[in-house]
Amino acid sequence: MSEKTMSRIITMREALGEAMSEEMRRDDRVFLMGEEVAQYNGAYKVSKGMLDEFGPKRVWDSPISEAGFAGLGVGAAMTGLRPIIEMMTWNFGIQGFDQIINHAAKMLYMSGGQFNVPMVFRGPNGAAHMLGAQHSQSVEHMLATVPGLKVISIATPYDAKGLLKSAIRDDNPVIFLESEMMYGDKGEVPEEEYLIPIGEADIKRPGSDVTLIAWNKTVKPTLQAAEKLSAEGIDCEVIDLRTIQPMDEAAIFKSVSKTHRVVVVEEAWPFATVGSHIAARVGDEIFDELDAPVLRVANEFVSMPYAEHLEHEAMYSEEKIIAAVKKVTYK
Amino acid sequence: MAASSSKNTNLKGGKSAGADKNLCIKLYKEMVFSRRFEEKVNQAYTKGKFSGFCHLYIGQEALGVGVQACLKPEDYMLSGYRSHTQAFGKGISPYAVMAELFGKEDGCSRGKGGSMHMFSKEHRFLGGHGIVGGQVPLAAGVGFTIRYNDKDDICVCYLGDAASNQGQFFEALNMAATWSLPVLFVIENNKYGMGTDITRVTSVDRLYKRALAFDMDHSDVDAMNVITVHDHVKPIVDSMRKEKRPYLLEAKTYRYRGHSVSDPATYRTKDEVKDYQSRGPLVQMKNYLMNEFGFAEEELKSWDKEIKEQVKEIEAKADAAPFSDAKETWMHNYV
Repeated sequence: MSEKTMSRIITMREALGEAMSEEMRRDDRVFLMGEEVAQYNGAYKVSKGMLDEFGPKRVWDSPISEAGFAGLGVGAAMTGLRPIIEMMTWNFGIQGFDQIINHAAKMLYMSGGQFNVPMVFRGPNGAAHMLGAQHSQSVEHMLATVPGLKVISIATPYDAKGLLKSAIRDDNPVIFLESEMMYGDKGEVPEEEYLIPIGEADIKRPGSDVTLIAWNKTVKPTLQAAEKLSAEGIDCEVIDLRTIQPMDEAAIFKSVSKTHRVVVVEEAWPFATVGSHIAARVGDEIFDELDAPVLRVANEFVSMPYAEHLEHEAMYSEEKIIAAVKKVTYK
Repeated sequence: MAASSSKNTNLKGGKSAGADKNLCIKLYKEMVFSRRFEEKVNQAYTKGKFSGFCHLYIGQEALGVGVQACLKPEDYMLSGYRSHTQAFGKGISPYAVMAELFGKEDGCSRGKGGSMHMFSKEHRFLGGHGIVGGQVPLAAGVGFTIRYNDKDDICVCYLGDAASNQGQFFEALNMAATWSLPVLFVIENNKYGMGTDITRVTSVDRLYKRALAFDMDHSDVDAMNVITVHDHVKPIVDSMRKEKRPYLLEAKTYRYRGHSVSDPATYRTKDEVKDYQSRGPLVQMKNYLMNEFGFAEEELKSWDKEIKEQVKEIEAKADAAPFSDAKETWMHNYV
């Protein structure tokens, strides 16, 4: 956490809104576009008040055309503007994957360094609650695999604000993943301006026995599991990755070299994920430090069911985290 | 300006390119250069000097050259994967385009783009794109920037006939029309999307009709004649600058070669190809120069010879140019 004075508590949606508004006051090349972001004040009220402050030239309600307005953002970014493109959910954002993967990510490279794409694609990622198969997907592992993109996934209002401001100032295309379930979460956020560098993980709970790696919505249940396990004498260190691409491998290796055990907790199908990449990298670089296999707690390999009990069954959970920790500690 | 006519010259008192001898000479020489350049590219490719996909503009010269003559340097341009000649038309040196094909460091994308990805920030040529129709929303974004900064530039976006069936085309046209973005969408209708006759996969008989769905100004033009193209496009461009509106132009053209160098084009008849060749861009302009301005055929041949020589030198220089260091692989992933 910051060493600065924490003087107030605000919600995640307020923190994100403050980040955008501050950056728009600072740089008039920044504009916001997305479905319902202007007159409706945002599907999740993240952009509340921004149309009033910045006017229709800088806050744009888009048609329901994710590929279209994602691509419009790329073209605008290539010609000197700094767009923030809001996806109402990343499930809809998949419609824009062609523009994100084929265009935004590759423009700088295939133009031999001439056209960078300074923009942010942001919106909620992963399951909310009982929204069914088409509204409950996580995309971080799909996008973090693409060279040219940066991928940020936040878990607290403090990190959200500091990292979104850095994302808007970054000269590359940045994927910024939020969560419907966290917009109302409250946390300490300083009054004064601050930035959090992209690419730095954060230790949310120090510990010595097991390294738990989480991000976005999995941070909370991971911290809760760590509390319960501490009552049983297992001291977990919880790392919030915060940035998926580029990944803070140094922070991971440092922690694992101390604990010698790792569990990755993520919201994704369990095939070829961020967690499996972490397992591979730990094996590549610090294999001798391990006292147990790297385990992953992820969603099950099924589309998301609607019914609450089935949804619970299909997702990561505190119980699954605790079971995995016991397994790597042989308890 | 919602009229649709293949004979619409649209000049409204403006001067026809056909009345300007020097302009006619310039347009003709540019078309010849474009033709000879692509022939040389084809030859080098066939000799195995470079590889990858390679799509030639041969037969479509009147369109690229005619439109370019209506633009100012500050205007932007995007295109698909058949864009070698549009790239140097926009101001990139033909050597940098040729070097790009050879994968050389001197290439306009440092040898990292290739045939489909020519770029120049300096000349406002924003690619060279290989995902059919993917460049169309980018063009809407360029139009957005022009409006945002209140400039009188325009953006030209070339796309193929088949790209007009992509969903992103419709999304981009809707936004461009709704928000009055100054983008000239030019459908290069050469009749075939790769090997598929466009009429077999398209519900409308004329592609400019797509604009009707967006209340967008539109027309079509016979793009086998460079004077016709110029005279048709000039007032459109001039009006777009003032009014900041998008426009959809269906340019009826024809490629003499296959979709790519490796396509034998068996899906069309030889007679059809011959028919287009008999009224091709170079033939028409050659006849015009001789009949209208009294040029002797020998003089035109001497220009051609000179251009062939230039292209030969360009190819030799690109062939001899050094490759980049392997460390180039790791550059430009991120800023």
